[in-house]
Amino acid sequence: MSRPGTNEWRAGLAFVSPWIVGFGAFMAAPILMSLYYSFTDYPILEPPVWIGLDNYARMFTDPVFWTTMVNTSIYALFAIPVGTALALVVAWLLSQDVRGQVFFRSAVFLPSLVPLVASAMIWLWLFNGELGLINAVLDQIGGALDGAARLVGLAEPGLRGPNWLGSKAWAMPALIIMSFWSIGQAVVIYIAALQDVPATLYEAADLDGMGPVTRFVHVTMPMISPVILFNVIMAIIAAWQVFAVPYIMTTGGPDRATYFYTMYLYDNAFRYQQMGYASAMAWVQLLIILSLTGLTFVVSRRLVHYRAG
Amino acid sequence: MRGRSRHPVARACVYVALIGVATLFALPLLWMVTTSFKAETQTMADPPSLLPRADVLLALERAEADLRRAEAGGQATPELRARVAALEQARDAGEAVVPGDGLAMIAGQIGANYVGEVAGSGAVISRGVLTDPVVDFPLYFRNTLVVALLAVSGMVLSSAVVAYGFARIRWRGRGLLFVFVLSTMMIPFPVLMGPMFIIFRELGWIGTFRPLWVPAFFGGAFNIFLLRQFYMTIPRELDEAARIDGCGHWGIFWRIIIPLSRPALAVVALFHFIFVWNDFLGPLIFLNHRDQFTLALGLQLYQSQAGAVPWNLLMAASTLVVAPVVILFVLTQRAFVEGVATTGLKD
Repeated sequence: MSRPGTNEWRAGLAFVSPWIVGFGAFMAAPILMSLYYSFTDYPILEPPVWIGLDNYARMFTDPVFWTTMVNTSIYALFAIPVGTALALVVAWLLSQDVRGQVFFRSAVFLPSLVPLVASAMIWLWLFNGELGLINAVLDQIGGALDGAARLVGLAEPGLRGPNWLGSKAWAMPALIIMSFWSIGQAVVIYIAALQDVPATLYEAADLDGMGPVTRFVHVTMPMISPVILFNVIMAIIAAWQVFAVPYIMTTGGPDRATYFYTMYLYDNAFRYQQMGYASAMAWVQLLIILSLTGLTFVVSRRLVHYRAG
Repeated sequence: MRGRSRHPVARACVYVALIGVATLFALPLLWMVTTSFKAETQTMADPPSLLPRADVLLALERAEADLRRAEAGGQATPELRARVAALEQARDAGEAVVPGDGLAMIAGQIGANYVGEVAGSGAVISRGVLTDPVVDFPLYFRNTLVVALLAVSGMVLSSAVVAYGFARIRWRGRGLLFVFVLSTMMIPFPVLMGPMFIIFRELGWIGTFRPLWVPAFFGGAFNIFLLRQFYMTIPRELDEAARIDGCGHWGIFWRIIIPLSRPALAVVALFHFIFVWNDFLGPLIFLNHRDQFTLALGLQLYQSQAGAVPWNLLMAASTLVVAPVVILFVLTQRAFVEGVATTGLKD
C-alpha cells in the first residue's frame, strides 16, 4: 500500500479524480443543497427563505403526501415479492437444458430493454377497456364461462374485463401486472446464479433422496440467497423511483389511485414551484430507501447464506 | 441441473411452460408491431386479429376515394374503375379479404402508417408517423443519437480511467473509497433532480443537451464497478513487463489495459446507450424546447397531442423508438446477457 504523499498514492488519486469531481458536483452538492432548501420556502424564481422545519411538519398533515406513500408502498409490496417469485420460476425454466434456450431467454430478456415510454404506450393499448387485447381475451373467457354455466343450469358469472386504467380499483393492479413484463434483467441474474451452484451439492441432495421441491428449498435457495437479496434491494430502490410509466399512462389517476411518491416530488418541484417542499420530500425519500435497505439486510441475516471463502 | 436425464413427460411439461412464458413476454411487442401494420378501422375489430388483413370494405372505400380524386383531376383511368368494380363484386359475394393482391394492400397500409401517402399529383393524402407536421421524429432521432454519442463516449472513457485507479494501482484508502463509490448507487436520481435543475440553470444549461451528457464524463459507479471487476482478471505480469519497458500508469492503461478490456468497454457502452435511449425524466426536466426533444419525450408528446392519436399510428411511433434497441440487442446479445449476469454475482 502506498502511503499518502508517495507517487503511487498520487497516481491512484489522479486516476479516480474524475469520479471524485463528478461526485462533488452532481451528487454531494445537490444533496447538500436540497438539505438546505428543505428548510426553506423556495419558489424557484425567487430566492429561498428560511422557514425551519415547516416543510417536514407539512408532510404529516398533507393528505396527498400520504396517498403517494400508501400507493408506492402497495406497489412495492405486491410488485417486488411476486416479481421475485416469478423471476425465480422463469429463471429455473430457462436454465433447463432444452433446444431453443437462447430464443426463450431472449424473449424474456428483451422486454426489460424496451424504453419505459414505449412500454407505457404498448400497455395503454393492451389495457384499453374497449379495444384492448387483454379485455378481448377476458371477455372470451367470460363468455365461455357463461355458456358453461348455462349448460349446467347455474347463474352466469358474467365475468368481464374491467376498464383497467380508467378504474380506481384496477389501475394500480394494472401497473403491477405490467411491471412483471420487465423482470428480464433479474431473470438473467438468477440464471447466472443458478448455474453457479456446484453440481456436487445436487448430487449430494440426490443421494439423500431429496425430491425436486425439497432440493430447491434446501439447496438452491440458500445458495442463491445473496443474489436474491441484492435484487430485492435494487427493486425497493426502483419502486421509490417509479415515475415515467404512471406519468404517461394515468397521470396519477383516476382520483390519485396511481399517484406515486416521485410523481408528487416532481410536481412539487417543477409544476407547483415549491422546491423547498420537494427537497424535504427528497430527503425523506433518501431516508426511506436507506432504512428499507438496512431493514432488508437485518431481516434477511438469518435467511441469506454467504458461501465461505 | 443440466444434462440430467428426465422423464419424457417432465420434459414435455418444461417445453410447454417455456413456450407459454416466451409467448406471454413476446406478445406485447408482437402486438405493437402488428398493430402498427393495420388500418385504423382494423384496430377496432372485435374480436381483434393478430395480423393485419386486407379488408374488402376498406379497400373499396380507398379505391373509390382514389377514383374520385382522379375524376376530379380529369384523369380517371379504366384500371381504377375496374378495381372499384372488382371490389364491389367481392363485397357483394360476401368476401372479407381482398382477393389476389392483399399483400400489396397491407404493404400500402404500412407505408401509410409510417411515412404517409402522397397522391400522384404530389398532394399529401395522409400523414404517417415520420411525416407528422407537429412531432418531428427524424429530428428527435438525431437529437437522441447526438446525446447518446457524447454521453456514451464520456462514460466509457471516464469509467475506464477511474476503474484503473481502483484495480491496478495500490494506494492507501482505495478500498474504502471503492465501497463508498458503490454505495452511491443507492442514491436515487429523484433526490438530486431539483438541485441539479438549479445548478444547470445557474450555468445556463437548461434547454441544451449539456445536462444530459456532461455528467457522463465523470464516470458512473456501476460502470466503474463492472470495469474494475474485469481489470482484476488481467494478469499483473503484463503491467510489470510494460513497466520494465519504461511505461508509467498512463502508458500501461492505454497500451495494455484498454486493448485487453475491449469486450468490457463494449458492455459499458451498450448499457449506457440503452440508458440514454430510455431516459425520460432527465430530458423532461432539462429540455424545454420541442426542437431539442429526444425520442422518449417525442413519443410522449405524440401521444398527448390534442385529439387522440389512432392506435395504429401510436404503435408505429413506439415501434420506431423500440426498433433500435431490439436491433442492438440482436447484434450484441451475448455481451448483453453476460454483462447483466455479472452485475448480480460479484460481492
